[in-house]
Order: sequence, then structure tokens, then C-alpha cells
Amino acid sequence: MIELRVNGAVHRLDIDPDMPLLWAIRDHIGLTGTKFGCGIAQCGACTVHIDGQPVRSCSLPVSAVAGQAITTIEAAEGPVAKAVQAAWTALDVPQCGYCQSGQVMTTIALLEANRKPSDADIDAALSGNLCRCATYARIRTAVHTAAKALA
Amino acid sequence: MLAKMMTRLANAAPSRRSFMIGSAAAAGGLAVGFRSAEAAGGATGGVTPFNAYMRIAPDSSVTVIAAHMDMGQGIYDGIATLVAEELDADWSQMKAIGGAGNPKLYGNAAWGGAIQGTGGSTGTTSSWERYRIAGAAARQMLVAAAAAEWRVPAAEIRVAKGLISHASGRSAGFGELAAKAAALRAPASVTLKDPKDWVLIGNDKLRRLDSMAKSSGRMDYTIDVKLPGMLTAVPIHPPLFGATLTSFDAAKAKAIKGVVDVVQHPRGLAVVAVDMWSALKGREAVTAVWDDSKAENRSSADLAREYRALALKPGLAVARNEGNAEAAIAGAARTIEATFEFPYIAHAALEPLNAVVRRNADGTIDIWGGHQMPDIYQGTAAAIAGVPPSQVTMHVMKTGGSFGRRAVIDADVIVEAVAVAKAIDFRAPVKLQWTREDDMRAGRYRPAYVHRLKAGVDRDGRIVGWYNHIVGQSIVAGTPFAAGLVKNGVDMTSVEGANNLPYRFAAQKVDLTTTQTGVPVLWWRAVGSTHTAYAVEVFLDEVAALTGKDPYEYRMSLLDPASKHARVLKLAAEKAGWGSALPAGRFRGIALAESFDTEVAQVVEIAMRPDGSFKVERVVCAVHCGVAVNPDNIRAQMEGGIGFGLGAVMKSQTTLDKGRVVETNFDSHEVLRFDEMPVVEVHIMPSTDVPTGVGEPGVPPIGPAVANAVFAATKRRLHVLPFARVENA
Ligand code: FES
Ligand code: FES
Repeated sequence: MIELRVNGAVHRLDIDPDMPLLWAIRDHIGLTGTKFGCGIAQCGACTVHIDGQPVRSCSLPVSAVAGQAITTIEAAEGPVAKAVQAAWTALDVPQCGYCQSGQVMTTIALLEANRKPSDADIDAALSGNLCRCATYARIRTAVHTAAKALA
Repeated sequence: MLAKMMTRLANAAPSRRSFMIGSAAAAGGLAVGFRSAEAAGGATGGVTPFNAYMRIAPDSSVTVIAAHMDMGQGIYDGIATLVAEELDADWSQMKAIGGAGNPKLYGNAAWGGAIQGTGGSTGTTSSWERYRIAGAAARQMLVAAAAAEWRVPAAEIRVAKGLISHASGRSAGFGELAAKAAALRAPASVTLKDPKDWVLIGNDKLRRLDSMAKSSGRMDYTIDVKLPGMLTAVPIHPPLFGATLTSFDAAKAKAIKGVVDVVQHPRGLAVVAVDMWSALKGREAVTAVWDDSKAENRSSADLAREYRALALKPGLAVARNEGNAEAAIAGAARTIEATFEFPYIAHAALEPLNAVVRRNADGTIDIWGGHQMPDIYQGTAAAIAGVPPSQVTMHVMKTGGSFGRRAVIDADVIVEAVAVAKAIDFRAPVKLQWTREDDMRAGRYRPAYVHRLKAGVDRDGRIVGWYNHIVGQSIVAGTPFAAGLVKNGVDMTSVEGANNLPYRFAAQKVDLTTTQTGVPVLWWRAVGSTHTAYAVEVFLDEVAALTGKDPYEYRMSLLDPASKHARVLKLAAEKAGWGSALPAGRFRGIALAESFDTEVAQVVEIAMRPDGSFKVERVVCAVHCGVAVNPDNIRAQMEGGIGFGLGAVMKSQTTLDKGRVVETNFDSHEVLRFDEMPVVEVHIMPSTDVPTGVGEPGVPPIGPAVANAVFAATKRRLHVLPFARVENA
């Protein structure tokens, strides 16, 4: 039995301890906002927060995160999350949208830690999140917009 | 080009005139669409909600049923805009879903209507007339219902922002009158709005209907489909293209907890399990023996060598021939020649391929997927399942990208999903899910090509002869599309963007040599123009340099000044400040390409770094695409096309090592990342023409524009793609 704390709820799951957190969240907890893009920590589509830090859930076995506070896009709440999603929709950032859960989660973590990120800070935070639709320029603008709204 | 060619497929298609407006009651509301004589089986009955183009529900929400699949290009919003405009709906009441598997109703009008499909950047063109007519018809019926209800003349009734009103003070939302409107006869014809009265078409303030869902993890894709008892399957494909299964041992896999079965299907094997992780673990444990005797086992370097040798010979087919280009070049004052090499490239859409299949108790089958050609897949699925196509319902999901990959003609992922479900006797719904490695290793790819170009110029620098020999695989050979797209041995998708140049050359010849390999290929965002435009626009820059002319002025001298091509080129140059001084270390490049009847010109600015590498800092893009239905989405598609194309020319390739794919995930198959994205500025040429597509045409000019800037900076010509290849070092 593995005990996972996801979005404030405790789930006791009879799953392989090697199972990546991504598949536990998607297939066993039933939260599918977190996406699968590469499985090897190269695309960021699977980004969730563990104790507020953005992590790639595809590359973390559940045994390594048992008991820690995991937050998925479904529970992204609070002023920063609101500001980020407001900027994302005002600028129509998403195209296919498949990467955007990860982009939003990475951005929330960035802004929680740094309320006035420079372009270099944004590059550093988001270069691990691929967007095949190349919405990158709008994401950059949206991060600045959200930061301004929070100031 | 492709769009034009597709119309040749349309011989059997119903003509537009055979469409009649139809309406019906739908769940207490109103549904409006078209019925053709064929669709209605000759009967005069009303359409059903299934075949309607739009429905109005009692809560006043308006749902458009889109004939085209949305892979991120925003066609659902485009279609909703067309309906809402004529309906005088409020944007906030609009919704959009995918219509499926019924070419009689949703056939691509830009392809002549014979098949339902999304591709060739035709969605807006295909929808332009019929969805506006549907919206106008629904509006007229709502007005008639209001007139009857309120006993006032219809001419006195106003509709604006979703509210139907009369000077007497009466007013109603659409939902209140929808059921009454549904009881009326649909109008035989409607008058569409004068463009000066448009409030939504061309409105920059409209936001996409799905941005919030996509920004909050609430958008469901095929990977997110959940059905009771559903199992997950992952495929095992042969390690080499064309290898076949000899034997396999699944005992170890079946012993793994969660693995349900290991089954054979026409394309290999699949491990079926209770969840994705068990399926993946099971896959590791399967041992399979493959027969490689007929497999493709050449390396990319072998193919390039063969293609380069073929490029030196005359082509096997002729795609354009005007004047005597070869003689003109031979007799020219000066000549220039270059050979270009393009790799295979995976589409690498972020959502790996998948499909979900369920057989219902009554024997009917539901298939969820990113169906870019739903009625083709419906037929394929029906044949495998052994049921008539009418018993297969295709659910068109929005997809996490496609870039052409989901318009796969042989329906690969559908074949696998249905065959696997059948192999377990349909005892549970099956989600077949590819991993990234499957997606990059199992095909399909933009074909590899070699282009050899020659030009001759006279003493004044005018081009007297232009020759382009294209060597590479055909995308459509051996498919049902070949009949329409291959003419005199020329696959139009191999040569589009090379044999339809707007430039005036005294003589020109475009040759094609179609090669055979075992590597599965497919259209890849902007198709032929992804390589043809690169070779043409870089080579033309070289000719300009040879003659000492400015690359922009030189192109203009070859164009009809009144053409859309010349106008977008001029617009891009002006907005970019072409010819003005740049800061030290900055250089410009320019390129022009028309694809799918949309003209795009781009001027890039690169910044050279001390180590000789560079960053693309700014792209100024001018586009002519007819009426701009959703201007902000046009900008988004240009931005996206530029980023997609830039990553490809800089870094992306799929190489073969003795037939094996080398790059199997994003660590080695590199794509554009966040910090490499330039600032993009898009200028849309005002136009009253019928809208043309924007999903693909942003891609072709970026590569050559960047290469031309690199030449301006370094005098180096990048003839081998991607730029990251050592040959360019
Ligand atoms: S799926 Fe985890 S980083 Fe790509
Ligand atoms: S919006 Fe499509 S991958 Fe980012």
C-alpha cells in the first residue's frame, strides 16, 4: 500500500512502488489534467507541485513521494493561480492546450517564489516545458501580465 | 496547392446546389443544418440532431457541430464565429463540438465534399459558406417564431447579442423560442450579412471558447477518456520498418501484476493491462522474434548518398517545364548551383497517438480519437470489427497537436485499437496509447529529400533559366489519394512550393525523382513547402547575391507588383524596416512562400553570438489569407508556425542507423524550446477574398529567412538541414 496525499486528500493505493506518480494520479486517482508527453522529464507536460516545487511526475516513483503534499492542476488555487489563469485566457495562450497544464503549474511555482521575474528568470523556469504549438511568446507575455496583476 | 489538388478527388461529391437547408426539433431546441438528397435518402424529412450544423438548446446555448477537427488551430472557434455572426448570437452563448464520420454532411467543401477531413489548411474555406448559411437560417426561423408569438411583422424584429426583441417591449432569448422555431419550415434560402455589418467576423476581442478549460486542466483529450472497466494497451512495433513477427513469448509479461493479455494485431503486438504502468512493464517483459529479411535496413547517410547521386541524373518525371531551362542555363553569362538535403522529421505532437474503442451491448462500436479523416477510419474500423460502417460512431476529440500526423491514411492507430479490442473479444473498452518512443520510432515522418538547383543569369542579373530537381519519397503513392494527387508520375505534395512559383523566370524546369524506401512517410505541417520553399528561397537569395542585388529588391523584380505575393513581401519588408541600419551583430533575412493559397512573407533578425552561434530575435510576418475571421487566431497560428518551423530547421531530425530510428524522444529529437522563441509581429493584409487557411502557411518561410540572415552574417550557406548537423559546422 502506498499512501499519496494529492490535493489535500489521502489515497491508499495498492500499486507498484515503482509506478511513476503521473500514472498513479491519472489512472488510479482519476485526475487527468496532468498530461503525458515524454515520460523522461523532457517536456514538462506532467508537472505537479510537491511542497510547492514544480516536479515532473512522469519520472518520480510513487515510493519516493509517499506522504508528501502533492498538488495537481485541478487544485491550483489561490491568488497566483487565479492571476496566471486570467492572464492565460486574456491572451488566449493555449492552442492545442496539451502542454498548458504543465506551463501553468510551472508558472505558478515561479511566481510563488519570485513575484517579479525577469525574462531570464522566465527562460530558466520554463525552458523545460515544451510547447509543440510554440505558444512561448504568449506565455512570456502572460507571465509578465500575471506578475503585474499580483504586484 | 494540396487543397486545389484535393478537389480532383471530388468527382463523386454532391454539388453545393444539392444541399438544402434543413431543420428539426432537437431536445427541446432547434437544430439547423443541410440535407443533401443523398443524406436524406431522397426523402424530404427534416435533419436529425446528428446531422445538424448547429443546435440551440432551451438554455439558449448554441452548439456548433464542426465538420473539422481541432488540433489547436482554432477551427472550432472559427466555425462558431461564422454561425454566431449570422445568428446574431452573443459570443458567450457559443459552444463547439466535433461532428463525425458523415461525409454527406461534413464532407470537406474545399476538397469537393467527397470525404470528411481536416488538412491542407482548408477548414475555414470549407466552412465559410455553409456555416454562415446555417446561422442565418436559424436566425430567420427564430424571428419567424417571435413574429407569430408576438403577432408583429417579422421585419420589425431585431436580433442582437442573443436577444430577440421588438419595439413593443417584447423580448426573448433564443432558448425560449427554439422549440417554436423548430416547428417551422426551414427557409429555402437566406441572405447573408453585408460585410460592413459584421460584428464578430474580424473582431479582435473574441477569445477562444476553450482557453480556460485548457488553462485549468479541464480539457479532455483522447488520453483522458475514461470508461467503466476500460483497459489500457501499448503496442509493440517491429524494430525495423517492414519487419514481420515470427514468434513471441508473453509468459513473463502475463505474470506481471495488472497485465491482462498480450495480443497480436496487423501491425505487431500489444500488451493489454489494467493501467498504463502495468502495460509498460508488461511490454518490457515480452520477447519477440522478427523477420527482418524484407525490412528497410539502410541508414540515413546511405539514403542521402543515393539521393544525391539521383539528383545529378535527369528526373524521372517533370513537374513544370517552360522554355528550355537547361539550354538557357548552359548558355548563361553566369551560373550557380546548389544541392540541399532535408531529413526525415517526426511530427512529435505533444499528445502521443491514441484511440479508445468500445463495443456496446447492441453490437455498435464507439471510437474516440483525434480523427482527422473520420469517415475513412470509420470504414477501416468497421471492416476489422466485421460490422457495417453505420454501426461505428466516431467521436472526434480535440487533440494535443497533430501537425498532419492524425491525418494518417492507413488509420494506423485505429487499426491497432480496434484489432486489440477485437482480440480480447471486445470484453472491455480499450484505450490504445502510444508512448513518445512509439510515436518517434514507428513513423510516420516528413520524407527526406534532396534538391538540386541550378540557375543561369544574364549580364544584367536576370534569371534566364531555373532548374530544380527534387528527389524523395511520395507521400500518397499507394494510397487512395494517389488518384487525385499523382499526375504523370508527379506527386503534387512532393513539388508544391517549387512548381508553382510566382517568380517570373525566362525558362524553368522542375524535375521529380520519386524514390522507394520502407520508411513510412506522411504530410507534415505545410507538407511539400516545408522543403521546397526552403530550397527555393535560399537559392534565390544566392542568385541575388551572385548578381550583387538586394535580396528583397531582387525578389520584387521577379514578381508581378499587383500580386498578393508582392504585396505581402512589401508589407513585411516595410514593417521590418528592411534596409535600415541594425545594431552591431544583428542581421536580417527575408523569405516569401505561398502554401494552400495563403501568401506569407517573413523578415527575421538574428543576433550573432561571439561563439558563432546565433539567436533569432525578431520575426516580422505578413500574411494574406482573405477575410480575417479571427485575427488574433491568425496571429497565433503564424506565431506557432514560426516556432514549429524554426525548431525543425535548427534541430529536428529523425535519422536511421541501419534502419533503426536513432531519435526516439525529446532528448535526442530536439524541438524549439522556450528561450529560443523570437518575438513575432504579425501583419494581416486587409482583404475581402474568401478566407484561406492559416494553420500551415506560417511554417515555410521561417527556415529560409533565418538561413538567409545567417548568410548575411557569415557568408555561409546552410544547405543541409537541420542547421545543427555537423556538415554545417
Ligand atoms: S511527461 Fe513528464 S516531462 Fe514529459
Ligand atoms: S498548446 Fe499545444 S503543445 Fe502547447
